Amino acid sequence: MILPLADAIERFVADGASVALEGFTHLIPFAAGHEIIRQRRRELHLIRMTPDLIYDQMIGMGCARKLTFSWGGNPGVGSLHRLRDAVEHQWPRPLELDEHSHAGMAAAFCAGAARLPFGVLRGYRGTDLPAHNANIREVQCPFTGEMLAAVPALNPDVTILHAQRADRAGNIAIEGILGAAREAALAAKTLIVTVEEIVDALPPAMNAIVLPHWIVSAVVPCRGGAYPSYAQGHYARDNAFYRHWDAIARERASFLAWMDEHVLGAADHQAFLAGLQQAAA
Amino acid sequence: MSACTRDEWMTIAAARLLQGRCVCFVGIGLPSAACNLARLTHAPEIVLIYESGTIGTRSDVLPLSIGDGELAETAACVVPLPEIFSYYLQAGRVDIGFLGAAQIDRHGNLNSTVIGPYDAPDTRLPGAGGAPEIALHARQVFVMLKASKRSFVERLDFRTSAGYLDGQGARARSGAPGGGPRAVITDFGMLTPHPQSEELQLTALFADASIDEARAAVGWPLLIADRLDAIAAPSAHELDTLRALDARTREAHAHPVRIPL
Repeated sequence: MILPLADAIERFVADGASVALEGFTHLIPFAAGHEIIRQRRRELHLIRMTPDLIYDQMIGMGCARKLTFSWGGNPGVGSLHRLRDAVEHQWPRPLELDEHSHAGMAAAFCAGAARLPFGVLRGYRGTDLPAHNANIREVQCPFTGEMLAAVPALNPDVTILHAQRADRAGNIAIEGILGAAREAALAAKTLIVTVEEIVDALPPAMNAIVLPHWIVSAVVPCRGGAYPSYAQGHYARDNAFYRHWDAIARERASFLAWMDEHVLGAADHQAFLAGLQQAAA
Repeated sequence: MSACTRDEWMTIAAARLLQGRCVCFVGIGLPSAACNLARLTHAPEIVLIYESGTIGTRSDVLPLSIGDGELAETAACVVPLPEIFSYYLQAGRVDIGFLGAAQIDRHGNLNSTVIGPYDAPDTRLPGAGGAPEIALHARQVFVMLKASKRSFVERLDFRTSAGYLDGQGARARSGAPGGGPRAVITDFGMLTPHPQSEELQLTALFADASIDEARAAVGWPLLIADRLDAIAAPSAHELDTLRALDARTREAHAHPVRIPL
């Protein structure tokens, strides 16, 4: 099913839902996150290995009650100030944390994709994380007796990805860094994929289709939908924007003013991008 | 040789620890600079893995993030992230893990989670990322961290990644597969674990650093090894290569990105 972005969010993302916008640095679905903010969704359980700027924005705008994550910084720059403000000062509201390591969260997505109850790994040993997260426990191997770490499967109500291409049947092709996008997609009850372009036929590369059409609930045409993250082969990561975000997000007032002007004040993602281009000119 | 900064000296000292064809799990920042410097100087066959899933990257510039496009474009292959952690790291296919942190203690345990209590932190840090399992599984871990009384502490606020736990063989008894932190490269020189107690001790100093400086920067009574080495000053080739890499990186990152309208 091909839908406009606003319709897909309206239809599939409900208040209180667990939502995973995945994409590891690459192909982060910013346009979809902004639309969730515009539609003023509340009480979301946000799931993402690296919350990145998009969850900083959603948390700062009051969309989230809970965050499942494994690394919450601005890569190569420093803090996510809105995430920190939520954890340190409960602003704009308290945020429950379900904190993992990358390996643990990857195992939880893999278990979710396989519809197993938990993921298992040789991990977390010697760390304080299990003492602060009841979702990190131990399980004994029934064959060797070895104690292993266990994490409950992640099965988001909705996973949202951005990809380079879909065909008209809804097959999704991705090139470049995948992160845990495929596992998060297959773990979800509903999958929305925004794409740079919808084509008649995908290039005939044998491993190009990462997700076949019957896994996908909705395909959304959305050029530039990962900006300021990137889409390999289409546009580069805007590292200057990631640096600039540090100053925007540091204070509540400057953050709210920026969100008001650029996200709430823009009708859609095209208007958001046009606004940034105008501001840069 | 022109005068070099302590950052440069740290990077070069860390690069020298990487040899031959070792497989190195790379973190962003100083570790990434050190690993790429090794690749561009004495260790061209070194295999660099970034947690985003890129294996064998040979990027011409340093990435800002752990998943910049250059890493994928120059990689031998790109695999899904769960494979990196399960089929490579957990399976014992990583020789060296490079970690940074906000705090380290005398047994090389690391904190990158919180300053203050977990439930009401004074400072919320980014968190674990790949570190706990890198610290657990890599055959050797190298830590890069500038020293101060706030970063080299008597007691961690939170243990994100295991070093030698309480020392005296505690790590091995815990069943950790990897060898733990074999070297801590800091801005006065290098600490390595004492063979029995596994307490970090000063084993090498940069030529322009002193024992007094090291003691003043460390938050516990620092052990000094019986034999203290001097770390050779950066060669012109090392320094030129590092500065050229940094210059290419600055130029690439200053290049404006076209907004995809």
